[in-house]
Amino acid sequence: MSGLSALFYKEMLRFWKVAVQTVVAPVVTALLYLLIFSHVLEAHVEVYPGVSYTSFLVPGLVMMSMLQNAFSNSSSSLIQSKMQGNIVFVLLPPLSYLEFFLAYLGAAVIRGLAVGFGVWAVTLWFAPLQLPHLGWLLAYALLACAIMGALGIVAGIWAEKYDQLAAFQNFLILPLTFLSGVFYSIHSLPPFWQGISHANPVFYLIDGFRYAFVGHSDTDPWLGLLVAGACFVAISALTLALLRSGYKLRH
Amino acid sequence: MSQARPAIHVDGLRKRFGATQALDGVSLDIQPGEFFGLLGPNGAGKTTLISILAGLTRADAGHAAVMGHDVVRDYRQARRALGVVPQELVYDPFFNVRETLRIQSGYFGLRHNDGWIDEIMHHLDLTPHADKGTQSLSGGMKRRLLVAQALVHKPPVIVLDEPTAGVDVDLRRSLWKFISGLNREGHTILLTTHYLEEAEALCSRIAMLKSGRVVACDTTRNLLQLTNEHCAQLRLDADAVPAAWQARLQHDADGSWRINFSEYTDLETLLADLRGAGIRVLEMQLHEPDLEDVFTDIMKRT
Repeated sequence: MSGLSALFYKEMLRFWKVAVQTVVAPVVTALLYLLIFSHVLEAHVEVYPGVSYTSFLVPGLVMMSMLQNAFSNSSSSLIQSKMQGNIVFVLLPPLSYLEFFLAYLGAAVIRGLAVGFGVWAVTLWFAPLQLPHLGWLLAYALLACAIMGALGIVAGIWAEKYDQLAAFQNFLILPLTFLSGVFYSIHSLPPFWQGISHANPVFYLIDGFRYAFVGHSDTDPWLGLLVAGACFVAISALTLALLRSGYKLRH
Repeated sequence: MSQARPAIHVDGLRKRFGATQALDGVSLDIQPGEFFGLLGPNGAGKTTLISILAGLTRADAGHAAVMGHDVVRDYRQARRALGVVPQELVYDPFFNVRETLRIQSGYFGLRHNDGWIDEIMHHLDLTPHADKGTQSLSGGMKRRLLVAQALVHKPPVIVLDEPTAGVDVDLRRSLWKFISGLNREGHTILLTTHYLEEAEALCSRIAMLKSGRVVACDTTRNLLQLTNEHCAQLRLDADAVPAAWQARLQHDADGSWRINFSEYTDLETLLADLRGAGIRVLEMQLHEPDLEDVFTDIMKRT
């Protein structure tokens, strides 16, 4: 077992031991969103022709859950280790900064995918199975979890207290995900807000992911993939640079 | 002492945290197999020095090596050679004792290490607690687990940063027995402690740090000879002493008298003068100089 696989295993075991909180709870939350919004809007809104509101909403909810949980996994693991002081257990061994990055990222991606799969599975009762583009689904799911997993590492390293991490989550991650077209098509927005939405990378993740399910999207899925890929490269580069410098970890 | 490659080599280390110069040019060599003590008041730079060796802190200048491996350039080899027992009582509440040790072992790339893990758990009396969550362990058991974690990869050099702070007498004794055993088996031990009698009993060589500088570094035996200040405590059947001795004898709150002297002839003269003045000695206690006296003396002088 290399150091990398041990750290990855530790991170997996960590969230798996509290799976009720880390996997089941987010699935229930997404289900509540689905019940409420589809009850209120199903009869009134048809975003794309021939696509029910529930079918429109499901991919958005799956993606939103993946984003939030991938972020939450790496960020909460790091802040807890820092606050408890047990971060030394991973700083003392001969792990490289790249191994550190890959282990935290890998576990965040797996948690994101596990929650995403769970949400999708329970929504099958409400929206019929349709999946025209499996390749797009996998590409967007992986990229989305990886972007948020890496961002979670940055937030976990940067935050020195729980409330700083909560601020990162509440004032950055949550608005980015909620204002990205999970619940609506941005074409229903006034032009100004449509423009703003296009500057939100999460919008492309949700739009492209939804394309995989319903075959309709607000923008070209290839453009979305390009934006998401560029985001992942940029955030990973930032994360690796921070880890390499020892920022807030090695003084 | 062997002149082989030192187990720990530290040369001109400097580190500043804001306005505080934590280390101000520290150089030390610790030879393989030594039991080395690092003493100093709080804030002297002991933990900073250990953190630099462990790669937790980066030095501003100078360099450090463990078993000949530079802690920055060859960090993988340096960290494999080093086991660190941190000062803080830290643990990961998500895991039980055995999982903690297996995972820690994995970080060092060690697979199938269960035989050794069982052995360390046995020696540290952790076996009955193997399946307990770390959160439910007592403070003493958490301390043992930290020692076990530092040993999972069989490091030749072991650093203990105040391992007995807040630990009860039984555990302290059993920890020292265990650590001394490791030292006899050939492990190099670097220890920081506030309990000077502990350092005196265990360490063959000692360095004293003050404000980020090494102010003394010698064998424990030589250090003890630095001061020949003895102390006698006397209980007398009188409330006053002869005038000639009033300046040298200190009257303690409990009614006894204390004198510091370097030559035993001083004591002889005092006893003769007391007898001459008709004062009887009811009780007398002698204190040999110990490391605490040397430490206090050196800290005052430098």
